[in-house]
Amino acid sequence: MAKPKLAIYWAASCGGCDIAILDIEAKILDVAEFFDVIFWPCAMDFKYDDVRAMADKSITLTLFNGAIRNSENYEIARLLREKSVVLCAFGSCAAEGGIPGLANFHTKSSIYDYVFKQSPSLEPGNGTIPQSEVQVPEGRLTIPVMWNTVRSLSQVVDIDYIIPGCPPQSDQIAVVVAAVIDILANGKPLPPKGTVLGATDKTCCDECPRQRNVKKIKSFIRPFEKVTDTELCLMEQGIVCMGPATRAGCGAKCVNAGVPCRGCYGAPLNVRDQGAKMASALASVIDSADPDEIERIIDTLPDPLGTFYRFSLADSMLRRTQA
Amino acid sequence: MKQVVIDPITRLEGHGKIHLFVNDDGSLANCYFQIPELRGFEKFCQGRPVEELPRITTRICGVCPDAHHLASAKAADAVYGVTIPRAAFKLRELQYNAFFAGDHTTHFYALGGPDFVCGPDAPKAERNILGVIAKVGLDAGRKVIAQRARGQRVIEIIGGKKVHPVTALPGGMSKRISKDEQAEMIIIGDEMVEFAKFTIQVFNDIVLANKAYVDLILSDMYAHKTYNMGLVDENNKVNFYDGKVRVVGPDGQEHAKYAPKDYLDYIAEHVEPYTYLKYPFLKKIGWKGFVDGVESGVYKASPLSRLNVSDGMATPLAQAEYERFYETLTGDRSGHTMVHSTLATHWARIVELVFACESVARQARDEEIISDHVLEPPTSIVGEGVGIVEAPRGTLTHHYKTDQKGFVTEVNLIVGTTNNNAPISMSIKKAAEGLVKKGEEITDGVLNRIEMAFRAYDPCFGCATHSIVGEMPLEVYLHDAVSGEVIQVARRDC
Repeated sequence: MAKPKLAIYWAASCGGCDIAILDIEAKILDVAEFFDVIFWPCAMDFKYDDVRAMADKSITLTLFNGAIRNSENYEIARLLREKSVVLCAFGSCAAEGGIPGLANFHTKSSIYDYVFKQSPSLEPGNGTIPQSEVQVPEGRLTIPVMWNTVRSLSQVVDIDYIIPGCPPQSDQIAVVVAAVIDILANGKPLPPKGTVLGATDKTCCDECPRQRNVKKIKSFIRPFEKVTDTELCLMEQGIVCMGPATRAGCGAKCVNAGVPCRGCYGAPLNVRDQGAKMASALASVIDSADPDEIERIIDTLPDPLGTFYRFSLADSMLRRTQA
Repeated sequence: MKQVVIDPITRLEGHGKIHLFVNDDGSLANCYFQIPELRGFEKFCQGRPVEELPRITTRICGVCPDAHHLASAKAADAVYGVTIPRAAFKLRELQYNAFFAGDHTTHFYALGGPDFVCGPDAPKAERNILGVIAKVGLDAGRKVIAQRARGQRVIEIIGGKKVHPVTALPGGMSKRISKDEQAEMIIIGDEMVEFAKFTIQVFNDIVLANKAYVDLILSDMYAHKTYNMGLVDENNKVNFYDGKVRVVGPDGQEHAKYAPKDYLDYIAEHVEPYTYLKYPFLKKIGWKGFVDGVESGVYKASPLSRLNVSDGMATPLAQAEYERFYETLTGDRSGHTMVHSTLATHWARIVELVFACESVARQARDEEIISDHVLEPPTSIVGEGVGIVEAPRGTLTHHYKTDQKGFVTEVNLIVGTTNNNAPISMSIKKAAEGLVKKGEEITDGVLNRIEMAFRAYDPCFGCATHSIVGEMPLEVYLHDAVSGEVIQVARRDC
């Protein structure tokens, strides 16, 4: 019997998702054994044309990482959707835009302006800005045009599952891989469409070993401003931690290492907007009923938008709708 | 005139393209190398609290997140004008050496190494990690997987996460190390040193014992006599985490030795309209185009550059390998005679691997790393800071300005790979000049020689950093420049 076909693709990403897959170490050999890996740009030769030539739905599973940042990302997302039985958004960027989605605070032209007009290391007197089409003495050169707005995968194509995380932790990847092999090898049913894999339905707080008492906050501090207690909830120590608004699954690695959660595993079950969930969680811990004092306490919150929506801005309710 | 387009060359952040323009007589008219993607980190880091940048800029590169995490933390330390506790400094340095030990291992066995271990003319199906294993044994494959895991484990212990570490803060580190964790890292360090010795042996037996390979290393192929750049310690020894940036000319004369905060006095970036990636050059010399020599501001920043700008290595085994490297290649074991052969970069990387492994073993034993005092919260602010580390692929500079509350107003980044943009373009052209010949078909060998131009300089560009089989997909389209018609397509399949 032919092996199931597996594709792994990166769009606008850092490569960390691919490294996380390699971090399952010797288990990567199980993947190579069970699947026919037909498309993995970072790991083997490939051709877009090879994928185009495949019959629709001939790829059993595609793990797609990276955000949708330009027309090529979009084209390959549509192609892989067409060819894949199961398309999985792998990692924060594909799932919700991720860190590259923070660019949606700005426009494409303001990014160009900084990089090619304002950067302090520019060649003195530089007046050159890259163009999508350039005439050089010998002929014409083109480069892709970047989109003004970063998108998540589900904003451009229909997806089946999400594996969250920046990157998904390798122990969770190993669990998902084993489960997928079990389903395919033994004819078991697939989980319902839309299921978040490699994570749980709880919140990061439920995985956090730190002690929680009654959270009452008079002012927020920043993570470096004091040596924190290693046993006590970071939020109770005044440090904004995304734990209450973040899905569990990572093993609470950041809070265990003494820094607050930044939300890379995405919103918990049944929460549409991670930032709104976080605002609501914070509202309940501010220790005041006096509007002026509440205002003052909120003013001590460092960068609420960039923190609450660190990974999810592109896919949030605040997302930019214009192209 | 005909136009040859190599597209796509997958790379870290998208795709690269090469255009070769060919005269009617078959000679090369010109060559253009393009990087078609820009993500805008410098812009969207504005407005963020500076202590978050070590956790945001890691996402520039998931292969070398440790480099960005620590360059960023050093810039943030400088923004607050804080000197971090000695234990924090030592932890960061230990983590960073462990990262180098893993990264250089991956490169030698899976990416650049196959060209030597299997041979540049080996069938393409063997010119990969599987070919390496076939040559040196399955046991070696297991050793490589184990070595990678060791590096990642030290990163996890100190940095909190294997990919995208989180613990470096302005003022030090968020996490203390337990006695048990130290004991584990000591064992890992010793195992790493054994692995380094094994790698030296592999290199001796397979590469140095083969005259053809030594000739290849010594060959002029892709060589450019440019300036070299790298970080050195107070004794001018190679250092990855801290020190001053030293720049040495092709003639071996020191051009500059600067503290990170002064980088703008020495480095500027040229822009071409056909690519998003800028071309850093030595500001005091100036941008003279894609040419080498003492008069051109083009420089390289790579493992070879780091050896060239240093007076040696700070650990014994690595120092012995450094001397053997220069003795073999120049006849002068002091290292004061520059090596310009770009393919020697692969050997230089092994010298650095040995240094990284020895450093992990030594630094893991330091009793100070289990100190409770790993964070010195800043009490005042300067509002500007520069942090520099050596990324595996070149000198990495993070420069931040903030307001008086430490919120970022400006970010300027010159990343490892970018330093080598001009030399890589030049090497591609040199390779193309040699291979584009009238009436001759473009063969797999042609493609591999172009690929080697990338791979020797900077695997990040070629996506080879991610490639477990060490092959980049290449397609070369030969167009008629007038009609646009495709005359020939050459492909390399794995």
